[in-house]
Amino acid sequence: MKWTKRGLLFDPTLHTLPGGCTEFAQSPQAVVFDDVVRIYFSTRRRDHDGQYVSQVAFVDVDRDLEHVREVAAETVITPGSLGCFDEHGIFPFNVVRHDDAIYAFTCGWSRRVSVPVETAIGLAVSRDRGRTFQRTGPGPVMAATSREPFLVGDPFVRVRDGRWHMWYIYGVRWMDSPGEPGPARVYKIAYASSVDGIVWERSGEPIVSDAIGADECQALPTVFECDGLWHMYFCYRYATDFRANPARAYRLGYAWSRDGHRWIRDDQAGGIDVSPEGWDSEMLCYPHVFWCHDQAYMLYNGNAFGRQGFGVAVLER
Amino acid sequence: MRAFAQAPATLLFDDRVRVYFSTRPEPDAAGQYVSLGGYVDLRRDNLFDVVAVSPHPVMTLGGRGAFDEFGTYPMTVALDGDVIRAYYGGWTRCVSVPFDVAIGCAVSRDDGVTFVKQGDGPVLSADLNEPFVISGPKVRRFNDRWILWYIAGTKWIATGGRAEPVYRIRMATSTDGMQWTRLHTELIPPRLEADECQASPDVTFANGKYHMFFCYRYSLGYRGRERGYRIGYASSTDLTTWVRDDAKAGIDVSDNGWDAEMISYPHVAEIDGRTFMFYLGNQVGRHGFGVAELEGTLA
Repeated sequence: MKWTKRGLLFDPTLHTLPGGCTEFAQSPQAVVFDDVVRIYFSTRRRDHDGQYVSQVAFVDVDRDLEHVREVAAETVITPGSLGCFDEHGIFPFNVVRHDDAIYAFTCGWSRRVSVPVETAIGLAVSRDRGRTFQRTGPGPVMAATSREPFLVGDPFVRVRDGRWHMWYIYGVRWMDSPGEPGPARVYKIAYASSVDGIVWERSGEPIVSDAIGADECQALPTVFECDGLWHMYFCYRYATDFRANPARAYRLGYAWSRDGHRWIRDDQAGGIDVSPEGWDSEMLCYPHVFWCHDQAYMLYNGNAFGRQGFGVAVLER
Repeated sequence: MRAFAQAPATLLFDDRVRVYFSTRPEPDAAGQYVSLGGYVDLRRDNLFDVVAVSPHPVMTLGGRGAFDEFGTYPMTVALDGDVIRAYYGGWTRCVSVPFDVAIGCAVSRDDGVTFVKQGDGPVLSADLNEPFVISGPKVRRFNDRWILWYIAGTKWIATGGRAEPVYRIRMATSTDGMQWTRLHTELIPPRLEADECQASPDVTFANGKYHMFFCYRYSLGYRGRERGYRIGYASSTDLTTWVRDDAKAGIDVSDNGWDAEMISYPHVAEIDGRTFMFYLGNQVGRHGFGVAELEGTLA
């Protein structure tokens, strides 16, 4: 695979953001309309404790992925209720057009005492072209199970052949991380499928092999088909010392598959890496691949997990 | 362990009745408790004769970040061939609300002295329409199916201090004890108020009907006699449609003593032709559990 970077597409600090948010545009995810490409992202406000809460907004860009047209005036989904899985934010927010609606699979965050956070996956629906989303229920559609004990999140969903397919992550352990704020988490990519998008079957096993050891953290898979193969991009990092140390920070991983189930990891063939300098020189994370005009684009975040926004790259074929 | 013997659940052996309960060591520096399962063995022909007490907790707390890191309460047990299955409420601590609960499963192969958890996570946790506090499991086996009665939270009430949950009785079924199909409906309509809290749905079959004893209370201000737990009753012929009739529970708080303020967490067991109810009294079992015997029959 070969990707040509076009650079930073959306810098949130240059725009007025809804919901009291001032920076961060994380995990960009696209819906292609006839006239524009709508890119959802998670941005952040600070709550009364000074802690971040992720909220979802969008920006509309031209279909050539060159020009920003409009930033949403409102966030697209209300905060979760007291005690609910998504009370303290939604990040990321995966959008799927299906029938006449847009479905959003949400990764909801709620704060814990012994660890910073727990996550689970919810489902919301929009019937106004994706300007507002309503939850299908107050709880999650995918939460911890006996084999996936915590941190179920980062959904990426596609409907194909009458079935809903989800690639997502789950936590395998929390571990000590001396000198860092709170314990470190380790999570892996897994797969689930469903007939209705609500009730999911899953095996509770990692589907992508580790490249940097058993404590490798794998996040945000994005899957697409091209030239007869299945392709997956995701991001991966070391479990500790990954925030300030660029050598241990997120990079983009790559795997391919003939059947969509058995994956061969081959990061070298992924064809995209950090730049020598600039906004994506220390970190690459939260990739999202989509098609527009028979062209595959990748949206992704760079340094500081997307504090400065997201960029776009073009697949060369 | 220092105090509390909560949520009794029985298992019959040849010579004894084993009563599992949840108990607590001293609270931590912040005044917070964890909850662990133990048991007491009572002589089968004289329940007031204590034969043995579990030497150690029957299962460990979960690891860091796990759903059951801070408690395993309550637990319910059932024979499954030559193993004993336990389901329990696993407790985690949250920031905006004090806790969340999900239901775990563990199996014993040493006659119920120790239980091994079936995975690090829960078998029944929050879902689309049951968003939190999945707790209070009571497992039974009827007609070759596993049936789990449990409670699910419907909302948290922000009180200005500690948030308080509202929870109601629900039900799920399973063929293997691990994959559960939920009924997704509240079984027992509230009687005291719209936010009535219900717990401990304990079901037995007798005389052609299913009988459920449970406990219920007001959602707020429930620590005294006025609004504290009482034991309610409902019956059913099909397991899913229940007729509530608390007057038939046949048990109420005493005029004075350990169960004068509240009675809760009923568990009904038939032992050698006699029907007993184990239950908790004041302060939800701080002083232990008691036993009552049914006069007449469940009808």
